[in-house]
Amino acid sequence: MRHLLSAADLDLDQAVLVLDTAGQMAATQAREIKKLPTLRGRTVVNLFFEDSTRTRISFETAAKRLSADVINFSAKGSSVSKGESLKDTALTLQAMGADAVVIRHQASGAPHTLAHSGWTHGAVVNAGDGMHQHPTQALLDAYTLRRHLVGDGGRADVTGRDLAGAHVAIVGDVLHSRVARSNVQLLRTLGARVTLVAPPTLVPVGVHAWPAEVSYDLDEVLATGPDAVMMLRVQRERMSGAGGGFFPSPLEYTRGYGLDARRLALLPDHAIVLHPGPMNRGLEISADAADSPRAVIVEQVANGVAVRMAVLYLLLAGGDTARGRDDGGAGRAGDGQERTDVRTDETRVHA
Amino acid sequence: MTTYLLTGARPLGGDPTDVLVADGVVAALGAEASRGSGVHVVDADGLVLLPGLVDLHTHLREPGREDAETVESGTRAAALGGFTAVHAMANTSPAQDTAGVVEQVWRLGRDAGWCDVHPVGAVTVGLAGEQLAELSAMARSAAAVRMFSDDGRCVHDPVVMRRALEYVKAFDGVVAQHAQEPRLTEGAQMHEGVVSAELGLTGWPAVAEEAIVARDVLLAEHVGSRLHVLHLSTAGSVEIVRWAKARGIDVTAEVTPHHLMLTDDLVRGYDPRFKVNPPLRTADDVEAVRQGLADGTIDTVGTDHAPHPREDKDCEWGAAAFGMTGLETALSVVQAVMVDTGRLTWSDVARVMSSAPARIGRVPGHGRPIAVGEPANLTLVDPAARRVVVPEEQATASVNSPFAGRELPGRVVATFLRGRATVLDGTLVEAGASVERASGRHGAHA
Ligand SMILES: [Zn+2]
Repeated sequence: MRHLLSAADLDLDQAVLVLDTAGQMAATQAREIKKLPTLRGRTVVNLFFEDSTRTRISFETAAKRLSADVINFSAKGSSVSKGESLKDTALTLQAMGADAVVIRHQASGAPHTLAHSGWTHGAVVNAGDGMHQHPTQALLDAYTLRRHLVGDGGRADVTGRDLAGAHVAIVGDVLHSRVARSNVQLLRTLGARVTLVAPPTLVPVGVHAWPAEVSYDLDEVLATGPDAVMMLRVQRERMSGAGGGFFPSPLEYTRGYGLDARRLALLPDHAIVLHPGPMNRGLEISADAADSPRAVIVEQVANGVAVRMAVLYLLLAGGDTARGRDDGGAGRAGDGQERTDVRTDETRVHA
Repeated sequence: MTTYLLTGARPLGGDPTDVLVADGVVAALGAEASRGSGVHVVDADGLVLLPGLVDLHTHLREPGREDAETVESGTRAAALGGFTAVHAMANTSPAQDTAGVVEQVWRLGRDAGWCDVHPVGAVTVGLAGEQLAELSAMARSAAAVRMFSDDGRCVHDPVVMRRALEYVKAFDGVVAQHAQEPRLTEGAQMHEGVVSAELGLTGWPAVAEEAIVARDVLLAEHVGSRLHVLHLSTAGSVEIVRWAKARGIDVTAEVTPHHLMLTDDLVRGYDPRFKVNPPLRTADDVEAVRQGLADGTIDTVGTDHAPHPREDKDCEWGAAAFGMTGLETALSVVQAVMVDTGRLTWSDVARVMSSAPARIGRVPGHGRPIAVGEPANLTLVDPAARRVVVPEEQATASVNSPFAGRELPGRVVATFLRGRATVLDGTLVEAGASVERASGRHGAHA
């Protein structure tokens, strides 16, 4: 792996490796001193063209825990109408010697363009692009699912395990959701079965080509006993006529697709509830569902840091294991530097 | 003016014959075409001779975006592509919505001298879709405009479209529609389908084109006027036009070279070279437009040559401009997908790329038979040649070709505009340059 642009970039082995590495990273986070020296001297740039404090802080925390230097570059408000800002910004970052660029952009494909344009030589991590992909979100969701659903409900070691046999329902605005797109691909790679649940106006034309089933009826899907329900955030502007009028009213949406106590009770005992946040309480999820013991929403945030540490580690410091899985490319920027440190430092993540 | 003898040329791909070009006309054919003194002989053995190509759909960008293209650079590209007449679309800055602007563009074309430039007049003031532009003044100007279009935008208000169709009847004009229902395509980035769903790009559904085509053919029937559908791109649109023609509606349709060859699969790499409006569609749509062109449902190939400066394409997909260059590759693409596959003959190519567009655009002197006494607007093609497209080597000022790096068949060896060679041996001939040294297709610019 030279970049992480899409959940589809990961094959089964790579996906499991990221989850296992995240597990090791999480273990170090239980220590008193959380900071690892692994990426000392490396520079990670958080390049955010779209506001997302949560995601930015998660990446920033992950990079800092690995001792990387972090530059936060918020390009919000800068003009992208001519497209010059992405190119010019990337060239600036290149001049500053960024080893990795974590990019969030409102345009689908912008991270892909950044990675393939020659504007930067660093590793590119997609932190969410338009309606396209958000691969680290899918990885943290998969990590969370594996912790709860695999290995005797999390009581046994899950290292090396995938999600074969698990059934996950993804509910809500699939049409505009990069989280849904990423999750469908990654969950499928990991062997899980996915059912998308949404009103027909929020299901993309072309969804029949996806490795997922589609239902318009949440109660029907819940009755089949999914192992997990992943609720998607609904943007309030999707309700108005100006934004497209994808459904008639918030109340009608909540009636059809909101997760409340009654629907929660339809789930099997072991099932968990995920949400990428921030939640619209009372719209796609009721307060009692959000705060129920089945909801692992707060845990998702913590797992996000471990997963992003794993991704940055594998892209920037990855030792033999990661390199062995590289697709034979000419290596990444800075490759070959300080790799011995990784194996001798206190983390010994692949020892 | 130099007299040319094309030896062994195959008019419309037929039997080899000699063709004498003198005094601006086809002066003699066959045995009559003797080589007198001072005649410049062009070895055309095995080459296909076509009437000069006519494009109904060229963006020359001048006035306003001379950084993308000028009338001069665009018409050089046209000549190299085998064109002797192009229609310059109205979406310039200022728009070609007055007699003054269309005359300016027409004069720039005449002064450049590479091919005839026929400005397209805007249908509405500022292409805003609200108030009819002074269509009659443009028709009566020196530019003698006969084709009107807000291309780039759809004339979506049905009343405005109806009035335009009615009004141009007074001077035998045609309204050329960019069929795009605006509400169904808000924010659209590519064809709506499997690939857009995967890439998370807002889709441009086929029905947004088809709904307007269907409405417009019915409006054209109702008011009894001529409608031309620009860059038709979907299987459904082909069906509607086929139905309309069977019903006797006076509608013509056009397809671009890129919609004849490329599919939305190419968008997977987010390369803005493949961003175009209407978008690249599916393999089924490509098959349907090929079939439509083969069976005559689609009348013409129009390039929709849409040059953009490098910075408008050297960016992320969402910020990139829509459009592709096409003048210098159009004939090769048509040869590749239609001629070399046996779906069209060279005679058919002459129809869809010369006589039909000349008729639709009411262009005198172009798209004529290759016969004695006809104006010598001619294109000589080597169908056996192959070349890799290198945009930087083209005459167009922009490099946004979707065919860059592809090998395509065919090469325009010579282009004649009223008897003057604008291209010889595949190279532009500056006006007034001597061609006396030239001794054949490999010697002209050795
Ligand atoms: Zn157009």
